[in-house]
Amino acid sequence: MELISQQTKAIMEGCKERARAVGLRFEDETLEYVVTNRDMLELTPKVMIPTLYDYWVHDVEVLREKGKYELYPSNPYETVINTRPAISFYNDNNPDWLNVMIFYHVLAHIDFFQNNLYFRHTWDYDLAGQALADKRLIARLRSEHGRWVDYVIEFARGIDNLVDFHGELSTLHRGKKDCSARLDFFFDVFLQQQRPVSTSEYMKEVEAYNLACRDFGDLGEQSFFTEMVRKYPEFEAAFEKHQGGKKQKKSDLLQFLIDHSPMLNSEENLWMKSVLQVVRSTSIYFQPQIRTKIMNEGWASYWHETLFMQDDRIRGHEISFARVNASVTAMPRVGLNPYALGMRLFYFIEEAANRGCYTHDYRRLRDMELKRHYDKKLGKGREYIFDVRENYSDFTFLNSFVDQDFVDHNQLFVAGKRLNEERMTWQYYVKSRHADDYQQMLFDSLYHPPKIVIDEAKSQEGVLYLNHNIEGKPLVQEYIANTMLGIEFLWGGTVCLETSEAEVNTEDKEEVTPEMISWSRVRYQMKERKLERTVL
Amino acid sequence: MNRNELYQRLQAAGLTERQQQNIAAEMDDCGDHSVPVPRAQPIPLNDLYGPNDLSCLQDMRVNSASFNIRTLDQLIDRDKLRELDGFPRKIRIGRMVRPGRNSEGKVVVIPTTVEEKFIHDNRFDQKQEGESSGGGSGEGEEGEVIGEQPVRPEGEGEGTGAGKGKGADHDMESNAYDLGRVLTEKFQLPNLKEKGTKRSLTRYTYDLTDKNRGFGQVLDKKATLLQVLKTNLALGNLSPDGEIDTTKLLIAPRDKIYRILSREKDYESQALVFFVRDYSGSMAGKATELIVTQHVLIYSWLLYQYSGQVETRFILHDTEAKEVEDFHSYYNSRVAGGTQVAAAYRMVNQLVKKDSLDRDYNIYIFHGTDGDDWDREGRETIPELKTMLSYASRVGITIAEHSYGTSGNTEVQSYLNKSGLLDQARDMLRLDNMSENEGEDRIIEGIRKLISE
Repeated sequence: MELISQQTKAIMEGCKERARAVGLRFEDETLEYVVTNRDMLELTPKVMIPTLYDYWVHDVEVLREKGKYELYPSNPYETVINTRPAISFYNDNNPDWLNVMIFYHVLAHIDFFQNNLYFRHTWDYDLAGQALADKRLIARLRSEHGRWVDYVIEFARGIDNLVDFHGELSTLHRGKKDCSARLDFFFDVFLQQQRPVSTSEYMKEVEAYNLACRDFGDLGEQSFFTEMVRKYPEFEAAFEKHQGGKKQKKSDLLQFLIDHSPMLNSEENLWMKSVLQVVRSTSIYFQPQIRTKIMNEGWASYWHETLFMQDDRIRGHEISFARVNASVTAMPRVGLNPYALGMRLFYFIEEAANRGCYTHDYRRLRDMELKRHYDKKLGKGREYIFDVRENYSDFTFLNSFVDQDFVDHNQLFVAGKRLNEERMTWQYYVKSRHADDYQQMLFDSLYHPPKIVIDEAKSQEGVLYLNHNIEGKPLVQEYIANTMLGIEFLWGGTVCLETSEAEVNTEDKEEVTPEMISWSRVRYQMKERKLERTVL
Repeated sequence: MNRNELYQRLQAAGLTERQQQNIAAEMDDCGDHSVPVPRAQPIPLNDLYGPNDLSCLQDMRVNSASFNIRTLDQLIDRDKLRELDGFPRKIRIGRMVRPGRNSEGKVVVIPTTVEEKFIHDNRFDQKQEGESSGGGSGEGEEGEVIGEQPVRPEGEGEGTGAGKGKGADHDMESNAYDLGRVLTEKFQLPNLKEKGTKRSLTRYTYDLTDKNRGFGQVLDKKATLLQVLKTNLALGNLSPDGEIDTTKLLIAPRDKIYRILSREKDYESQALVFFVRDYSGSMAGKATELIVTQHVLIYSWLLYQYSGQVETRFILHDTEAKEVEDFHSYYNSRVAGGTQVAAAYRMVNQLVKKDSLDRDYNIYIFHGTDGDDWDREGRETIPELKTMLSYASRVGITIAEHSYGTSGNTEVQSYLNKSGLLDQARDMLRLDNMSENEGEDRIIEGIRKLISE
């Protein structure tokens, strides 16, 4: 890999200035590399992170048809990666005007990585550096433990889609303004349940707290409690008891194994925990990327289009640009294009916000005509989409903004594909133009790993009991055996999985109605590498 | 004899009800054996995560053309170790075989694997709705059909033929030889015994075997001395009775005899493989897929075993047999028509006899069928088979049983059993029956059965 030429770098710096001028925010430093086909061969299995740890599966063509993206939270062919500095990859024969377009696209991605709150946990360290450290660690372990390192990686990766990404995020987003646990307990539990006081007394205590905060600033809470302990001597004991009895923080399967697996915690196997930790943190790192695919690509497309058209350096290439841009951002007649969809949503939101459609007044309107012609000329569109880029993920984005107006405006529909047996053709047809259906179709296409939690009540006598909360879809059955084999290895004992399986009684009928599906709860048990299935 | 005549003759001889049914079904079938044209891929309707920056913006695609076979070796070694450690193997090789018309003998080899996880089964949605749905944009009323795409005609091997579908872009070309090696090593298929007659090939080794007068690499002292004596005898320098005075001998340059590096023909046993495939109407669907997959694997394996010195003939049969030129036609021809196994066997016998192939080759015959035969008793088939066994090194018959029949009850199997040939000619004749739904592992297991000693 080579860095781009100084001349091209100068173009990039020019793009940065222009991008900053319209409000994009990103760190100063970026790295741009020219990659060859050979580089790509090595990079793509490593999800474009050059320093990712080595693993034999990277050398094999992985069958991705089944479940495809469900297996991999990362987006393997991204042109820019979320590192510090951000690294982006280029074909070496791109003409300058094309580079300008790509640079804007890349800068918008970087802006998204560094400002969208779902990426909060990736802001504090550089993945490239971390990955390099992990790679060295794994190489060292491999020299000591040989192929067993690869087994541990394999088994850990088998459950790396069950990481509690949102849980991890929520600890980071716990705002400073929140009350301390002590305060919460005092007002929410102690004064209401353990030592109930009258409303006026309650209000008096609140007032006392506020007063203390005003007088002593940061020390306010401390001084408040000094006072309160004098008043309610039993408080400290009650609080401690409450803390002790509180449940431990819920953890995902990988973290649980790291903390509680008897096998991993035995002296000679402690090294395995660091492998699990690497796999877990790598997975969590990539989680927001796949959960913001539509937004991220939409945002980048919005900006490369907007900024390219304003750029004075590329006059004369408008037609070439239009051609490339159309191929990237055109809405396909059938099929989904995250670039086109996301970009149109951002334009749509901007326009709506300019008119003031996200205001209380607008929402209170009942008259369609009034709604249609509502225009307060607020001019807040830009500001609003910056806010959206900061606070939303694909699901919330689609959930909040895909409405009938959007669907109609862009002539969107749910396309169906069916077999015409007479003509032996696949027929594509317009299935529905309702926003709800369209939205649901999008939801169904989103990445969504199953929710599998540890059932502590049933985990008795060294058995690890997992419970799958069914969400309308069964698990891929063929994968259960090997995944459980891995968990059994990491746990060092019997593992059970409770899940639901559906049977469809078609009875030779073409149409399948929900009534024809019968769900049954089943339990898989992996014991000494033998799988057993029981219908409950 | 075409199938109508045959049918009438069989009817005259009397048919059981089941036979009548089977035959009627195949008589009604008016398909032909053409090689299907590849169809376009259906458009993915809801693939949100497929498009990416590198391909969309920069038109960069990864073509993994340069696959390193050495890596494959390491992978397979690793895979063997997995078994020792008590974990199931993870690398699959089988189904990615796809001979193309342009590159004869080439097969596509991709080591593939799956990283298993707990994931939602998206196929379930489709099952539920009976059809798939996704995004679209543009004009059109609800319910209006906006486009059509032909579905490839049902049935043939191409579907699983390898490498089709989404992964197609990532196929790596290697040759059948590599696949054969992988099969031999990974699946520990038995090696072949050297047997049968030998035949010279256009392969040479170089050795100091030829003699040359005047110059060369190594002086052949004994031969030189002899030549010197001969020359001197002719010159009269030697008296026939008395002592030989070596100092008086004249040595001409041409008397010196050397060994010289020369090209030698090498001899090696050579294989001729007949692939015989039933392509009658009843073979539609999975049965055919299974058979062609197995035959591709056998083909690759033999290619490796005989270091590329393997000749192949491809024979397809319904009621009549036909030889086709290349694997491509063999692999892809559509199913249609009735079934008569004897026709194919007869053709093999004729070909062997005509060119006296049995003198020069180890002959292997692999026959794949679903076990149906209009010749229920095997009256014609068994004699042909006996002839075949008189020269063949191995005849391997695979029966891909339809899931609707009972196992081990097909016509071919029952007349073979009755004939007793399976026991009498155990070394030469092997039969393997499996369900048409079997996967790659069973297919490879089947090969082992067919070719093991």
